[in-house]
Amino acid sequence: MIRIPGIVWVMLLFSAPLWSDEVTSFADREDLDPVLVQSGYEWLTPESKALQDDEFENPGWLWVERGRQLFASDSGEPSCASCHQTSDLIFSSSATRFPRWSDSQQTLINLEGQINQCRELRMARESFALESSEMLSLTAFVSQLARGQPVNVALTEEVKPFWQAGRDYFFRRKGQMNLACSQCHDERAGQRLRGDLISQGHPNGFPLYRYEWQSLGSLHRRLQDCDAGIRAEPQPLGSEIYLSVELYLAWRAGGLTLESPAIRR
Amino acid sequence: MIRISIPQSADLGEVIEIKAMIQHPMESGYRRDEMGRTIPRDIVAHFSCRFESQVVFKTDWGPGMAANPLLTFFARVNRAGTFYFEWKDLNGKAFKTERAIEINR
Ligand code: HEC
Ligand code: HEC
Repeated sequence: MIRIPGIVWVMLLFSAPLWSDEVTSFADREDLDPVLVQSGYEWLTPESKALQDDEFENPGWLWVERGRQLFASDSGEPSCASCHQTSDLIFSSSATRFPRWSDSQQTLINLEGQINQCRELRMARESFALESSEMLSLTAFVSQLARGQPVNVALTEEVKPFWQAGRDYFFRRKGQMNLACSQCHDERAGQRLRGDLISQGHPNGFPLYRYEWQSLGSLHRRLQDCDAGIRAEPQPLGSEIYLSVELYLAWRAGGLTLESPAIRR
Repeated sequence: MIRISIPQSADLGEVIEIKAMIQHPMESGYRRDEMGRTIPRDIVAHFSCRFESQVVFKTDWGPGMAANPLLTFFARVNRAGTFYFEWKDLNGKAFKTERAIEINR
């Protein structure tokens, strides 16, 4: 697929105000032409796009279905559904608001963290391991409810330090290749890398089905792959730094709609 | 998880499209883990679909299949009845489901 080079240049021109050092809110970004922010979907082949759009053939729906079952009856009472009605509008947009501040844990949590918070605090059960089939199924189910709704994280005072840490990580060069996330996902979006087309690196499709994984996987697993790809130390799943990067990426993707379960190479 | 796509009813003699997908890693047996140990082969090797007692579609798979295999096939419906779907892995473990179909009047 050939991308119009013009768009890349426009991105660079806009990059100064967009990545300024001040913590900005959504409102401050409204001057940005939304065409500049493009989902990874736009970089897919027509075949992969068709697969993502097909609610039967897209294998991600296997996890969504399992998640629906777990949600309704998770080996005994109470189930998730006994507290959360799936028809509830607020709940169906939940996934758009993560990561966010948790009052009970006094830290930043993502959807996985929220689910384990409910498991531990409200259901008195063991938390699910990250990347376990149960966790992926539940995040897929909850994220899918918000399919088509825009990413909507709140940059409250409590989470700003995390946003800053995530942003620093995004622009810091690291690894044996001495590359920053921004060098690929800002500066080289649209260019080829080992048969892959580099996208803008947005988080709106997760959890998603990657051909390379032959499975569904979380954003943090993808971040580990990107860090490993530049021979930098992958950070643990669910670590504070990846949560911070997740917040920064969600903010940066503002305006994009959720696509989970997406399809990617 | 198993997902089946099949109409609930069809006209007499109609050819319907059936899709069947199973969640399975289809581990080829050729890959190694981080410690260099071979990951044991774990694949679904047989699939069959019956309409009542009659086999309408059957296939055997080797280790080259991707995970979560999806099948699409067609069947002519000459009466109401039930389709039975069955996948079997190398150890003989079976995964089954069924779907009834009616005839439009
Ligand atoms: C006993 C009641 C209860 C059960 C059971 C429960 N939750 Fe919750 N959940 C809550 C409450 C209360 C909140 C509000 C935030 C908080 O205090 O954690 C919440 C918040 C959430 C949210 C964020 C909603 C939003 O948009 O603000 C999600 C997502 C969620 N729960 C998922 C789950 C899942 C998945 C399960 C099953 C594994 C589950 N919950 C089980 C009570 C429950
Ligand atoms: C050497 C270039 C390179 C670097 C550096 C890099 N990535 Fe990636 N990244 C890729 C490629 C290639 C892909 C897969 C194709 C795509 O979706 O862009 C990818 C995919 C992604 C995706 C998934 C996008 C989607 O639509 O599913 C995210 C999110 C991401 N990267 C974030 C990051 C973050 C955060 C960093 C820094 C820790 C980083 N990447 C560093 C090359 C890079």
